[in-house]
Amino acid sequence: MTATAHRSPSTPTAADTGSDDLIAVPVRHWGRWIAAVVALLSLIGLVGSLAKNPNLHWDVVGHYLFADLIFDGLVTTLWLTVAAMAVGLALGTLVAIMRLSTNPVLHGLSTLFVWLFRGTPLLVQIIFWAYAAALYKHLMIGIPFTTITFVEFDTNQLLTPSIAALLALGLNEAAYASEIVRAGIQSVDPGQAEAAHSLGMKPALAMRRIVLPQAMKVIIPPMGNETINMLKTTAYVSVIAAHDLMSNIQDVYAQNYQVIPMLVVAALWYLALTTVLSVPQAWLERRYGRGTSRSAHVSPLRRMFVGVADFLPSNRNRKG
Amino acid sequence: MARPMVHAQGVRKHYGKLDVLKGIDLTVERGQVCCLLGPSGSGKSTFLRCINHLEKVDGGRLSVDGELVGYRQRGDRLHEMRESEVAERRREIGMVFQRFNLFPHLTALENIMEAPVRVAKVNSSTAKAEAQMLLARVGLGDRADHYPAQLSGGQQQRVAIARALAMKPKLMLFDEPTSALDPELVGDVLDVMRDLAADGMTMVVVTHEIGFAREVGDTAVFMDEGVVVEAGDPRKVLVDPEQERTKAFLSKVL
Repeated sequence: MTATAHRSPSTPTAADTGSDDLIAVPVRHWGRWIAAVVALLSLIGLVGSLAKNPNLHWDVVGHYLFADLIFDGLVTTLWLTVAAMAVGLALGTLVAIMRLSTNPVLHGLSTLFVWLFRGTPLLVQIIFWAYAAALYKHLMIGIPFTTITFVEFDTNQLLTPSIAALLALGLNEAAYASEIVRAGIQSVDPGQAEAAHSLGMKPALAMRRIVLPQAMKVIIPPMGNETINMLKTTAYVSVIAAHDLMSNIQDVYAQNYQVIPMLVVAALWYLALTTVLSVPQAWLERRYGRGTSRSAHVSPLRRMFVGVADFLPSNRNRKG
Repeated sequence: MARPMVHAQGVRKHYGKLDVLKGIDLTVERGQVCCLLGPSGSGKSTFLRCINHLEKVDGGRLSVDGELVGYRQRGDRLHEMRESEVAERRREIGMVFQRFNLFPHLTALENIMEAPVRVAKVNSSTAKAEAQMLLARVGLGDRADHYPAQLSGGQQQRVAIARALAMKPKLMLFDEPTSALDPELVGDVLDVMRDLAADGMTMVVVTHEIGFAREVGDTAVFMDEGVVVEAGDPRKVLVDPEQERTKAFLSKVL
């Protein structure tokens, strides 16, 4: 005999009526609604007051947003970012491999490199490279301890503000990148290198074809951060007048005293560029994420649409 | 009589003060299947890894097909070879690992093609055709485009065997190939190994599968604490052993 048989027919229970007709009511979070409304109203108020503030001089912002001088600065900022990251990643990978080497001298040198360039302020390094000509007037390539010289440069001509900026940013980045690459290489199971070696691969081939591609999965997200950071960090080189975006912005407001509007111009451009930079990062993460999950990979764009589709009421019910 | 495929004389190995191998003598003839058994920590896996120089030996001689592995003899000293020279020797020695160690960023087919294309410089269409054949041989012809993460453990291990075979090795080393598998997947992998043995491949197999060792093995070697305790016909060593230590081990695993 079952338990339900004891119940009188006049008091139907949930089980008797059939679960199809039941509707589950989620908890209503009134507090969240109130907080959201307060936050939105505050934001609207702030934006409104900024938009109407005559001291912000939106006309000045509009006038300079697409000015030639600003574009020239943008170009410098962009190539400086790309070149410094290229130098940083290439040199950083080399330093990382040196640091993982069993050769104590290479290991020591790479540790020293990281210690030096990570341990001193970037601003100090930028100014140092700009004034390095004061340390060595001439740079020459020749045979040490003899008077034989093949090429000789005037350091002042070689170390233009742009080159000094590139050296400072690139070397500093290499110190950070080397730690990221090292962590990436160390995250790969040692069994992978063993399998590669057991197939007759030489160490360099195993590193290039087997270990590094797997390390990329760990390396790319922080390197994406570094790239976005680098784009903003290039603003520091304005101290040596390297004609980047920030240098040119400062040149303008030094003359017209419109500091805030010019900073708005700078902020808008930096924001636009960092937004654009996050796109290749997502693409690279997908490229190197191959084979990591059991399901086929979905592009970020598609995932977003699927996510939106899940929110639509019709799909929600179907999922129910 | 042809020279043996693997010949070990007094092979010693220590990690710091811990002696892992205390003088191993072992001979594996061409076309034979030699099964290494013993409790964990007995040194059987270490010995296997010494055969293709994934571990360095500290003493004794270890040769594969008459040539020293990882060393060159000058007078009474052995000089270690450079990594690139060792790599050359390893091409002829296939190895299968307990944890498969497939390359996760490559598909099953690409895993198998990688070494023939990059190391043996076979052109990629030939390598692809051979890889397809090898996949079919291990019963995974329809899994060519799957990544390792999309395959079961047993399937991964069979791909790993195909990957090792792609370099056309004359010797195959198996390091507990079924220990990381769910029990129902062990059979498929052992079947592939059985076929391989029937084709005349020389194999050294570290295993806990007593049944497999009895059935397929030509010799069984029981190791404990870095020495060979007993070696011989598996139908003798694993059924009616002479040594007490072997008896004690078998009574625990059977």
